[in-house]
Amino acid sequence: MGNIVEIEGVNKIYGKNHVVKDLNLTIKEGEFLTLLGSSGCGKTTTLRMVAGFEEPTTGTIKVEGERVEEKEPFERNVNTVFQSYALFPHKTIFDNIAYGLKMKKVPKEEIKERVLEMMDMVQLTGFEKRYPSQLSGGQRQRVAIARALINRPRVLLLDEPLGALDLKLRKQMQLELKRLQKKLNITFIYVTHDQEEALTMSDRIAVMHDGVIDQLASPSEIYEHPATKFVAAFIGEANIYDGCITGITDGIATVTLENGVVSIRCPEDFSLLEYATVSVRPEKMKFSTTPVEGFGLQAQVKDYIYVGAVLKCIVSLPNRNELKIERLAGQELPPIGSKCYPYWDVDDAVLIHNESHYIFEAINNIKLA
Amino acid sequence: MKKTRHELRANTLPALLTVGPVTLIMVLLIAIPLIYVAVMSLCSIDEFYNVTLDFTTDNYMQLFNADYLKIYMQSLVIATVTTILCILIGYPFSYVIARTKSKKKKILYMMVIIPFWTNSLIRIYGWRTFLGTSGWLNSLLMSLHIVDEPVELLYKTGTTILGMVYCLIPFMILPLYTAIEKLDTSLLEASSDLGAKPAETFFEVILPLTSSGIFSGSLMVFIPCLGYFFVSDILGGGNTDMIGNLIERQFQSGNNWPLGAALSIILILVTLILVKIYQKLGGDMDSLGV
Repeated sequence: MGNIVEIEGVNKIYGKNHVVKDLNLTIKEGEFLTLLGSSGCGKTTTLRMVAGFEEPTTGTIKVEGERVEEKEPFERNVNTVFQSYALFPHKTIFDNIAYGLKMKKVPKEEIKERVLEMMDMVQLTGFEKRYPSQLSGGQRQRVAIARALINRPRVLLLDEPLGALDLKLRKQMQLELKRLQKKLNITFIYVTHDQEEALTMSDRIAVMHDGVIDQLASPSEIYEHPATKFVAAFIGEANIYDGCITGITDGIATVTLENGVVSIRCPEDFSLLEYATVSVRPEKMKFSTTPVEGFGLQAQVKDYIYVGAVLKCIVSLPNRNELKIERLAGQELPPIGSKCYPYWDVDDAVLIHNESHYIFEAINNIKLA
Repeated sequence: MKKTRHELRANTLPALLTVGPVTLIMVLLIAIPLIYVAVMSLCSIDEFYNVTLDFTTDNYMQLFNADYLKIYMQSLVIATVTTILCILIGYPFSYVIARTKSKKKKILYMMVIIPFWTNSLIRIYGWRTFLGTSGWLNSLLMSLHIVDEPVELLYKTGTTILGMVYCLIPFMILPLYTAIEKLDTSLLEASSDLGAKPAETFFEVILPLTSSGIFSGSLMVFIPCLGYFFVSDILGGGNTDMIGNLIERQFQSGNNWPLGAALSIILILVTLILVKIYQKLGGDMDSLGV
């Protein structure tokens, strides 16, 4: 599989705002890539630069190996599904979907054939003569997708396309989009702030934060091995604490947190006395009524929250920080107010390099000197 | 459900208090004068030009004489040309002010509004001073030796049209501005994204979606144009009479109020028909500001 989109050293600056910072991203052919991040992280700007609505301040964007950053949107072989759908209100559904082909001067019979085929594919048969205002949100969404896909683009750009739909419809459309993408084998670049959506649909996720890609990996890799503190906090729920590695024995690091020591599997790129962050998913967290070896955390059970299949336990640490622990409902639990000892299997927690670890490096250097 | 008498009475007083004053003003300022004009158009005049209550349709019959028909045609031609010119000049201008993102937007918009603060009669006199044989334009042309003797610029059809366009173009720009400003930028992006070149986007998306602005602007230019008698009076000098001039003359020098009233009724009917056509074409009454 070749690379279909290559973004190299792209910066976008609006006045004083540096929205996208030295972005490098390569997208493979037929891939479903999601740009995930909170609002203002530069994900939509990145997408708009690929579409041609914005010009990068510096850097190059290549589609199918050809530089496009100076090309107008109508000269690019990519199509966009807009957040607000941007359907033409004065045109029928048929004419909306046919628009791209009409602009390419495709013969009328062929347009008709292809539009009807596309309408069938997105389950809109029978709506040809209606206007966008006569359709529901979900149907408009399908029109927007059909209108873009009918041009058989090499890359389809989707800007939060499901944002305006209700939860149930959104879940249904997620699966449908994924199905369409596999069937047509088109590269999708998908922008969303919904981490669950990203995890469900993507082949790879680029988590963006403050104009920079924090991590680019598969959904499971991102969930299980977040590369930065931001990714750990943004994707799913996590208990995140800063600490210092105070001992490494047999590949297990002892990390001293404010509330006590914990044990964790230590990847090779971490060193003694490094300042690091520990991230543990609530479902990986356990607690015992007796102290556990390697863990010095002591806490008090504060509350139980029943949320269906699981029970959320809130335990509070001596410094009043809270830990979230998930248990399957129905298990026996210590009463509220009693003492407990949180712990986890050493392989279930993740150790993350801390952005401010250079302070400790500096201290290390002084010691070595 | 049928309302009891008590409920009806309970609702009457607040209804009177809220809608009453408006209705009163409407009746006093619009309905009564209109009825007055309509009745007047059916009256006759005696040999001393006094209005008498002998009802007749003669006034309407008089409207069909050849001289008047010529003036109606001339009015329609001038109003049509004025409307077309207003569209051609107003559209690009409105497009620029509506789509520009810079701070100049407000200044440009104010440039359209500010002339409203001065009486249009005075502004038209300004044009006469500017264009007259001893006016600034002729002085400039002569001092630059482009012409040897003053050029007669006034009292031509073109001069009247110039004055009309000048007076009425804000009425074209404002509805156009509203229509263009409402245009969703993402539609233009979508069009371009789907392979449309700028000209194609204009004819496929921008023009159809702003046609309501063109419609209402045209109506708001065309109708007043028929009645702006002072423009053709001052700049046309009697060579470019329009329906408005005819009406004015009957009430002033002609002193034939019933005939003037009949002309006014015709003008009102023409206006109503145009508005009706506008509505039939899907025009939005709100965008007319009425």
